[in-house]
Amino acid sequence: MMTHALTARNASLVSCHICHLLLPAAQAQRNHKAGKCPRCGATLHRRKPNSIVRTWALIVAAFIFYIPANVLPITIVTSLGAVQSDTIMSGVIYFIKTGMWPIALVIFVASIFVPLVKLIMLTFLVISVQQQSRWRPKDRTRLYRITEAVGRWSMVDIFVVTILVALVNLGALASIQAGPAAMHFAAVVVITMFAAMSFDPRLIWDAKEPSP
Amino acid sequence: MSAGHLIACHECDLLHRVTQVPPGSVARCCRCGSVLARPKQDSLERTLALTVSGLILFGVSNVFPFLSFKLQGLVQQTLLVSGIRQLHDQGLTGLAVLVAFTTLIAPAFQLVGLLYILLPLRFNWISPGLFQVFRLFRSVQPWGMMEVFMLGILVSVVKLAKMAHIVPGIAAFSFMALIFVLAAAMASLDPHEVWDRWEGNR
Repeated sequence: MMTHALTARNASLVSCHICHLLLPAAQAQRNHKAGKCPRCGATLHRRKPNSIVRTWALIVAAFIFYIPANVLPITIVTSLGAVQSDTIMSGVIYFIKTGMWPIALVIFVASIFVPLVKLIMLTFLVISVQQQSRWRPKDRTRLYRITEAVGRWSMVDIFVVTILVALVNLGALASIQAGPAAMHFAAVVVITMFAAMSFDPRLIWDAKEPSP
Repeated sequence: MSAGHLIACHECDLLHRVTQVPPGSVARCCRCGSVLARPKQDSLERTLALTVSGLILFGVSNVFPFLSFKLQGLVQQTLLVSGIRQLHDQGLTGLAVLVAFTTLIAPAFQLVGLLYILLPLRFNWISPGLFQVFRLFRSVQPWGMMEVFMLGILVSVVKLAKMAHIVPGIAAFSFMALIFVLAAAMASLDPHEVWDRWEGNR
């Protein structure tokens, strides 16, 4: 077994994150300023800058927005003069009661389960990097890949609200308005997407190698 | 270009010497398993053809009626942009901008960007600012959410099915086709071919 794997960092190389061009680190960092890729012009970094701090800040922000997103009403329905407001969870319960459990499952998974699990996974990954854990790096990389891929599907509830608001627009007879939770929920989705993007999975593997 | 050149894995930074990868096969990182290269047969031509059909479908999706809502003789016809305008009218402009960006602006930019990069490249000509456009194209990619919007449509239709009659318009069908066409264009795009042609034409 090899003692250390040869990574770009150990070989004093920097890989461009856009076009994959490999450059000597000395060329990538001139006058203590981050250099630009000579091929595509992207800013070069060995690792994403301040990855851990940025990811932490975004995780905390997303957790804060998660609360009003679930407590406040997401839609306000007016039907024949009667007004009813629904939170994400009460919408799910309504679907279960009316027997439309596949839709209830889609909304529950996309709007409640995925954002929360994604935040917990990211928190776990960031802490494991901070602890310089050597525990199953391949599985943790896979976990990161899943976290990054799945986040976009949480937008489904925002799109449902958009479509409902457009379709059911018949004044006092029947109309639907977007509630205050919609904005908070959109913030959760966007912030968690940025959090996943700011995390650098190469940090998971750095614990295995001595720093240069 | 040499037969084997070095690539660093994007997810774990391990260096690999990649030799010619035959089209249709995948080169993966031997340590973490992420994809290093996935060359395609006739990548440029296929992606270009799909991009052009995508642009046509995009036009159709935005011009024709999207969904219609029938309740006690009243008909409410909507376009793809109606929901965005309605959110704006209700004072949720930020949300309207987000929905507009993820369902209209980002996919439109992806299609136009691909055409701008690939059409001149097909005739061995480099469009000005090719890499700036490519970089922007890459950063916009995660924000195009048409397939998520499609799931949203299905949920809304089922939700309203008991209350009223929902009729999908031409735009709804072309939008569905657009999702598959754009996904196929993304899958057939091989960025390495773009860079290799760029280096060959410098």
